[in-house]
Amino acid sequence: MAVSSAGSRAGAQLRSGDQDVAPDARPDRRSRRRRGGDTAAGYLFLAPQLLGLVVFMVGPLLFALVLAFYHWDGFGTRSFAGLSNFTDVVSDPRIQRAAVNTLWFTVLQVPGLMLTGLFFALLMQRAGKLTPVYRLAFFAPVITSSVAVAAIWLWLFNPDISPVNNALRGFGLPAPNWLQDARFVIPAFAIVGIWQGLGYQLIMFMAGLQGIDRSFLEAAVLDGCSEWQKLRHVTIPLLSPTILFLSITSIIGSFQVFDYIYIFFDDRAPDSARTVVYEVVRIAFGEFDFGEASALAFLLFLALLLVTGCQLAAQKRWVHYTE
Amino acid sequence: MSTFSNPISRAGTTAKGTSGSGRPARRGLLLHAVLLVCAIGMALPFAWMLFSSFKPLSEIFVQPPKLLPQDWNEQGYRTALGGADFVRGFWNSTYIALTVTAVSLLTSAMAAYAFARIDFWGRRPLFMVFLATMMVPGQLTIIPLYIIMGWLGWVDTHTAIIVPPALFNAFGVFLLRQYIKGIPVELEEAAQLDGAGRVRRFVTIILPLLRTPLTALGIFTFLGQWNNFFFPLIFLNSSENFTLPLLVNQFKGQYVSDWPALMAATTLLAAPMLIVFAFAQRQIVEGIALSGSKS
Repeated sequence: MAVSSAGSRAGAQLRSGDQDVAPDARPDRRSRRRRGGDTAAGYLFLAPQLLGLVVFMVGPLLFALVLAFYHWDGFGTRSFAGLSNFTDVVSDPRIQRAAVNTLWFTVLQVPGLMLTGLFFALLMQRAGKLTPVYRLAFFAPVITSSVAVAAIWLWLFNPDISPVNNALRGFGLPAPNWLQDARFVIPAFAIVGIWQGLGYQLIMFMAGLQGIDRSFLEAAVLDGCSEWQKLRHVTIPLLSPTILFLSITSIIGSFQVFDYIYIFFDDRAPDSARTVVYEVVRIAFGEFDFGEASALAFLLFLALLLVTGCQLAAQKRWVHYTE
Repeated sequence: MSTFSNPISRAGTTAKGTSGSGRPARRGLLLHAVLLVCAIGMALPFAWMLFSSFKPLSEIFVQPPKLLPQDWNEQGYRTALGGADFVRGFWNSTYIALTVTAVSLLTSAMAAYAFARIDFWGRRPLFMVFLATMMVPGQLTIIPLYIIMGWLGWVDTHTAIIVPPALFNAFGVFLLRQYIKGIPVELEEAAQLDGAGRVRRFVTIILPLLRTPLTALGIFTFLGQWNNFFFPLIFLNSSENFTLPLLVNQFKGQYVSDWPALMAATTLLAAPMLIVFAFAQRQIVEGIALSGSKS
């Protein structure tokens, strides 16, 4: 039940957040009369999460904003930095390189994930009784710790013992030294990311496909549409809320890639392999320059808001809602 | 009546399965062939992990590499279990994930109930704040959080990684609120006429009806906590406090060329969740799909 409605629900909520927040259509009359008592009851039920919101989210967020304008190692004296943390970050060639690496990773991973996810979801739709068997294989990497995933691929990327490279050579293809070659290290991360993330995309697309009203597809068949036309003009447009949701969440995830790099290289990643979040962690917990690290994290957050904002603004042109 | 409707519905499903295809049997075969090959491809890295953990070190460098060990050997597991306290890491990971899951389910359900059913001052703006926080990346708040944990004296304690996710779960609050709004108000009104207060109604009426979303959310939360790497990495320093992923990461640094031992350690890390998944596939998949209702 939950699976079938997830995709369409996701889209509907992206379109109109207000709709969810609208007060109950049918207000409880009794509660209106005893407003004071209900406010107390409301905050009583809300108290633990409200405490968490203030202490572990809103507080730190404001604190990070302040930190970004200071020089501070967390212990010694604080000094006002103005915008210098931001200008330092933007002009640092190492961080520029990290930003380019992060973008390159996103460009490789997001389309790779979404296309393979959709492809296998379309196939799995017709797999019948064997669906759980296939799903097990595709989904197992999703629930596996990124440490285990990276350790396995550390082996599969090792040029001396890798069965992957052996197979590539067997096909007469070049077998790169994945993690040590500056040209291949980011694509290598993308391969690992796609292997681990594919199952999630697959599940979300399958949920979206289940939510499609059969009558649309049947009408297309009656109109003499080919399989490809059905996919292109019926299925894809009706899946567009799911596609929008997955593209937003995948880009956010890709921008924040960190685990694999840290597990592959610890704190000794070469410049060619560093990403923005890796730099945030290095500056904060390696150099203890909390101000500059916060500034960089804020710029990343702004970039994410900007990209997500553009996606939401552009959705009117291509996202279709059936409700 | 029923004998009449049955054949029709059956005919409907047959037509659906074969529509638009002249050679259904051959197409079905091709479909399963493609899926099977790709599913095996997806599972192969796990097979390499498992079989390599039973190889003696000398077999690792055999060219061309062979999937199955020639000489089954448990030395890798001996080295792994001797090199790191896996039992302790397993216990740490399990009790941390269970505590976070239990507390966060309760606090999220309480907050969700307030947002769905109680008409209190500031409800709408507060709910918007909860929703908005789902956009904030963890890397932004972790630096101030680290400083705050330092003030509280929580750095390198499990409290630092248990309390924040247990007390704040915006996604959980949002998800459960949607479910509670779907429960008819009349159920509660009837209990109210019998004199049941808010707390009693929440415990005896709402919570039992939330079993499905709570199960899914619980599995989702548990998995996320069990596999979490970033927060424990920042907050925990001493290896006796390490969760299983941190422990294996540390082990990897020390035994980087002892591949059978590293693969044994990796198997010990990956196996528990894979076994859980094999038994609870449907609930886990539904739990993950629920995240589609996020944002």
